[in-house]
Amino acid sequence: MAATALVFTNTQASLNFMNLVKFDDGIFVMSYNFFDHKKIGGYREKIDRGGVAMQAKLQIKKGLAVGIPIMLGYFPIAVTYGVIAQQAGLSLLELTSMSVLVYAGAAQFMGTNMLAIGAGSIEIILATFVLNFRHFVLSLSFMHRARAFPLRWKALLAMGLTDESFSVASTQPKALQEDKGYYFYIALFTGAYLSWITGSFLGGIVGDIMPSSISQSLGIALYAMFIALLVPAIKSNVRYGLIACLAMLLNYGFSKIWQEGWSIVLATVTASFLGIFLIRRED
Amino acid sequence: MSPIFVIILMAVVTIGPRIIPAFIVDLIKFPNWVGRWLEAVPYAALGALIFPGILNVLPDRPLVGLIGGIVAIVLSLLRVHTVLIVLGASAVVYFML
Repeated sequence: MAATALVFTNTQASLNFMNLVKFDDGIFVMSYNFFDHKKIGGYREKIDRGGVAMQAKLQIKKGLAVGIPIMLGYFPIAVTYGVIAQQAGLSLLELTSMSVLVYAGAAQFMGTNMLAIGAGSIEIILATFVLNFRHFVLSLSFMHRARAFPLRWKALLAMGLTDESFSVASTQPKALQEDKGYYFYIALFTGAYLSWITGSFLGGIVGDIMPSSISQSLGIALYAMFIALLVPAIKSNVRYGLIACLAMLLNYGFSKIWQEGWSIVLATVTASFLGIFLIRRED
Repeated sequence: MSPIFVIILMAVVTIGPRIIPAFIVDLIKFPNWVGRWLEAVPYAALGALIFPGILNVLPDRPLVGLIGGIVAIVLSLLRVHTVLIVLGASAVVYFML
């Protein structure tokens, strides 16, 4: 367990550790297979299934470890959401089921607020749609890369897609090629999801437990995570930085004209579209 | 409408856009340039998600978010671990409160 805590992302330290895991499990699996094929052929199927289960378990472990920054970032925001929703008059069941069913931070804050001020239902639902439509673009991008995965896994993964899980998953393309790679992404997504639900529930029960200085300073946590994902990508290829800067400028301009949800969608779509030409020029 | 009904409809309009692409990519074979477009999406999305949102970490003090962001950039360049970058930037904001 102490060692597991060392694998967070693809940094060098964790790479060493993952090799270590692979070494441990790999040796284990290899000796199994060797044993099985050469010595006791009759047990082959049973033992192969053991190897498959082990591969899945390894992917789950890696996914959970890579998801730790999201869990850390989500938890205080979810607690804050729980507190605000409870003060806005939502019952514990209502506020927790919103986290379970909707699972979208900004939309939940907005929806709670609109429910509290007695806004119309249609208005709330439309605003949620506008705010969350960016997930369509993100999901299309991730599903395109993960198109080799079985459909039921793609559908399951799509439901857990958020800005944060998408961003982390996109910078971890290795598991797309690996055996049972979908277990990696499902573990990554589920960890974040559970952190969000647990935080909301606790916020709804215990009310304002977190000192406001702590929750305010953790407000930068997810931005810091986004930066930590972007900087290594730019270092590996400068044109990613150009695309990101373009999106920043466009979003800054668009946010003066349109609602936040549309602004992010349009900035992302436009900047990535212009990215096609940047990429082509380098080819 | 009761709140729980509103919540269910909020979920429907959120999950729809999330899940439809899972089926689309099996039905449509995208031309090459669309593939390149979609490959650029993560970086564009990261840019749009970071800025100008980071300036609203403390809504009335945009400089705090900006400095926290610069700290995160410096720590990332030093190849510090993601968890420590998150905690480091949060600590900087804490001391500027």
